[in-house]
Amino acid sequence: MIAALRTPRGLLTALILLVLAVLPLLTQAFDQRYLLSVGTRIVIWSIAAVSLNMILGYGGLVSFGHAVFFGIGGYAVGILSAHGVSSGWIQWPVALAVATLWAALIGALSLRTRGLYFIMITLAFAQLVYYVGGGLEAYGGDDGLNISRSRFSGLIDLRDKPSFYWLCFAALCGTLWFCGRFANSRFGYVIRGAKSNDLRMMALGFPVFRYRLAAFTISGAFGGLAGILLANEGAYVSPAMMSWVKSGDLIVIVVLGGMGTLLGPLFGAIAFFALEESLPPLLDLLRKGWGEYWQIVFGPLLVLIALYARGGIDSLLGRRAP
Amino acid sequence: MTVPLLSTDRLVKRYGGLLATDNVSIDVASGEIHALIGPNGAGKTTLVGQLTGNVAPDSGTIRFAGQDITRLPTHRRVHLGLARSFQITSVLGEFTALENVALAVQAHAGHSFRFLRDVRGDESLRGPARHCLEEVGLDARAGMPASALSHGEQRQLEIAMALAGDPSLLLLDEPMAGMGVEESQRMIAFLRALKGRRAMLLIEHDMDAVFQLADRITVLVYGRAIASGTPAEIRADEAVRRAYLGDDGMVA
Amino acid sequence: MDYLLLQMLNGVQLGLLMFLLAAGLTLTFGIMDLVNLAHGSLYMMGAYIAWTTIGWTDSFVLGALLALPVIFLLGLVVEAVVARRLYVRNHLDQVLATFGLILFFNELVRVIWGPAGKSIAVPTFLNHTVEILPGVPYPAYRFAIIVVGAVVAVLLAWLVARTRIGMLIRAGASNRRMIGALGVNIELLFSLVFGLGAVFAGLAGLMAAPITSVKIGMGDDILILAFVIIVIGGIGSIKGAFIAAMVVGQIDIVGRAFLPDLLKTFLSASAASSAAPAISQVLVYIVMAGVLVWRPTGLFGQRQ
Repeated sequence: MIAALRTPRGLLTALILLVLAVLPLLTQAFDQRYLLSVGTRIVIWSIAAVSLNMILGYGGLVSFGHAVFFGIGGYAVGILSAHGVSSGWIQWPVALAVATLWAALIGALSLRTRGLYFIMITLAFAQLVYYVGGGLEAYGGDDGLNISRSRFSGLIDLRDKPSFYWLCFAALCGTLWFCGRFANSRFGYVIRGAKSNDLRMMALGFPVFRYRLAAFTISGAFGGLAGILLANEGAYVSPAMMSWVKSGDLIVIVVLGGMGTLLGPLFGAIAFFALEESLPPLLDLLRKGWGEYWQIVFGPLLVLIALYARGGIDSLLGRRAP
Repeated sequence: MTVPLLSTDRLVKRYGGLLATDNVSIDVASGEIHALIGPNGAGKTTLVGQLTGNVAPDSGTIRFAGQDITRLPTHRRVHLGLARSFQITSVLGEFTALENVALAVQAHAGHSFRFLRDVRGDESLRGPARHCLEEVGLDARAGMPASALSHGEQRQLEIAMALAGDPSLLLLDEPMAGMGVEESQRMIAFLRALKGRRAMLLIEHDMDAVFQLADRITVLVYGRAIASGTPAEIRADEAVRRAYLGDDGMVA
Repeated sequence: MDYLLLQMLNGVQLGLLMFLLAAGLTLTFGIMDLVNLAHGSLYMMGAYIAWTTIGWTDSFVLGALLALPVIFLLGLVVEAVVARRLYVRNHLDQVLATFGLILFFNELVRVIWGPAGKSIAVPTFLNHTVEILPGVPYPAYRFAIIVVGAVVAVLLAWLVARTRIGMLIRAGASNRRMIGALGVNIELLFSLVFGLGAVFAGLAGLMAAPITSVKIGMGDDILILAFVIIVIGGIGSIKGAFIAAMVVGQIDIVGRAFLPDLLKTFLSASAASSAAPAISQVLVYIVMAGVLVWRPTGLFGQRQ
């Protein structure tokens, strides 16, 4: 533990986790309310990215529809809330169950395919839910739905920004803990082995499909958790939560941070939101008005990352690519 | 005659108009080495695929250890004791040699739906794995990433992984492919030492190795088994000479 | 009955447009093994460039003819600068890089043409109706799209089936290493195929412009549909792409046209008309999922 702090990577990791742990205190001290909401979103997106990393980074399964779990978790909370069920004790387990079931279902269908077919079928299932969300006139259709935040009476008030942040942070810690155990467990080794050679794993006697399906389902459940939190963050759900661009963003975050590494998705989310928040003002410095067009820089940046920075941030910090 | 360990009965596989496997019936008895030879394109790979469960035959049956396994998925066959090594080396490069074998041990240690316990300190997997590495003479390399091993060592690792499940039959798809003379000799010695304890179906181009090791040889040409018998019988077989010898005279 | 016929024609027209888009996509994937998400950007660029050239020339046809070579050049530039480096990479890198290209092109359009959408008028010589059957009028412009789309489809079929380039394309789609062995200048072939795909996409974009609208991101949703088409048809198969495009065109249009009436039998009128477009979109994805479950490599894809 102490030895890990001696490397730049260990030191930076410790620093980041420390800052995240006390972020509400910092933003209060410096009176930067807005930064707390950015921080909350970073933490929620990190949970989703860690969950995607379980199948994408460790399993080599390029799922291009992971944002669907934002939508499923979010809408489960939103629809219950619209019907007057505001207790989190009911909303959250139901939302998690729906996300888990949906993940199991589309996993069972998608994992029969490989390569581009898998990329596209996961995207297609996400689009399917996206259009269903847009067609739910009773729940706002394309415009989305304002909801009241989940209630955990007496325990925690989600309307209080710092409390909500800490809840998200605790959820992130739990997700990271699980992912860290998972990666080095028997199960994780099967998933990682199947990434490098699934035929080999079958020939060793592993029913690879079952393990992948389990991983896909677990990943979907954690994705649903992120969706629940995202819905509560804005007190709002809409189909836009699960547009395919969001799925693309999640892939970007995982690759940017470092695939198949525990903390890579967290680094990736921080970098992603830091770029999103800082590129516009930076470009505005160059010339007034340019900030609006920040994606004209961000897009080519992604191309460069794809071409030249495969290991992501985590490998820049000195971690050997696995 | 006792029931053979593995037997195929009139196995047929078509690809379009091409008969890749044409009514092939072969068998392997417990403890024997049965070699399968034939020129490129003879259908060896397709036959291996059907035995391992990667290719579904159009007709015919495969029996193994007293069971019809024709429709069983790959992993079920492995658990019955049918292990294989690959023609193209396919060790898991990102894991160490020891981890590769430990995974093979794990495949036979019940289900792997265990999410929390760290596998890296799990002696119930690593112990037997170390033993397998010793058996093939790779124990000194246990901690190396498999991708960093030499080609010959990777072939040995393949065998170690196949042995980890204590199979009754080893399906060896060109175990000597790409090996130098010295490495080949070591592999031959190793396989000979295994003989009797495990049955082997050996697919191999190196005729020296085949004639040194095999109890019986089957010759596959254009998807058909044109001859089957002891090495001496195969050497003397007219049909084999015609089909094969013209190539490069390797049955000399 | 006439209504059904008209809607089916609209389905054919949409199907042909999507075939133009899907053809380039399936070729780039089949031959170069490239997942090109930015193909939809070329569709969008086609519409925007045509908007400009039509403005200059004051003629739809002249403007379109001017725009196509520009899009071809644009395709060559994208190929040389980015796509070429991605052929040997894995699908994830390709998805990431071409996703970046989408962001870039969407923003580029905003910089050059501004955030507001544009519209291209239906050319006056086609701004009337034709009687496709006695007493059944059909907009001449949509009919023209069908004709152009069909001509291009036939040309493409001829190109692939009868010419040397087509022979190489087929060889490449079934066995990439083989074209190298034939002693062909692969880089040139790849550039040409990519440029050709860009032209098809651009053509689809500029033809669609007068009946939809020219706006940022217009290529993104239709790109996903095009991917659905090549996946249903089987990646690398022109024939599969054509059949799948026709099927998807029919599902989309006929679904939109007839589902509301069907739904009204058990839903309120307003609920029916708002749910129908969503359901017809969803139908497309259900068909795709069904095909993949039945045949994991599409209708005409190669078995693995």
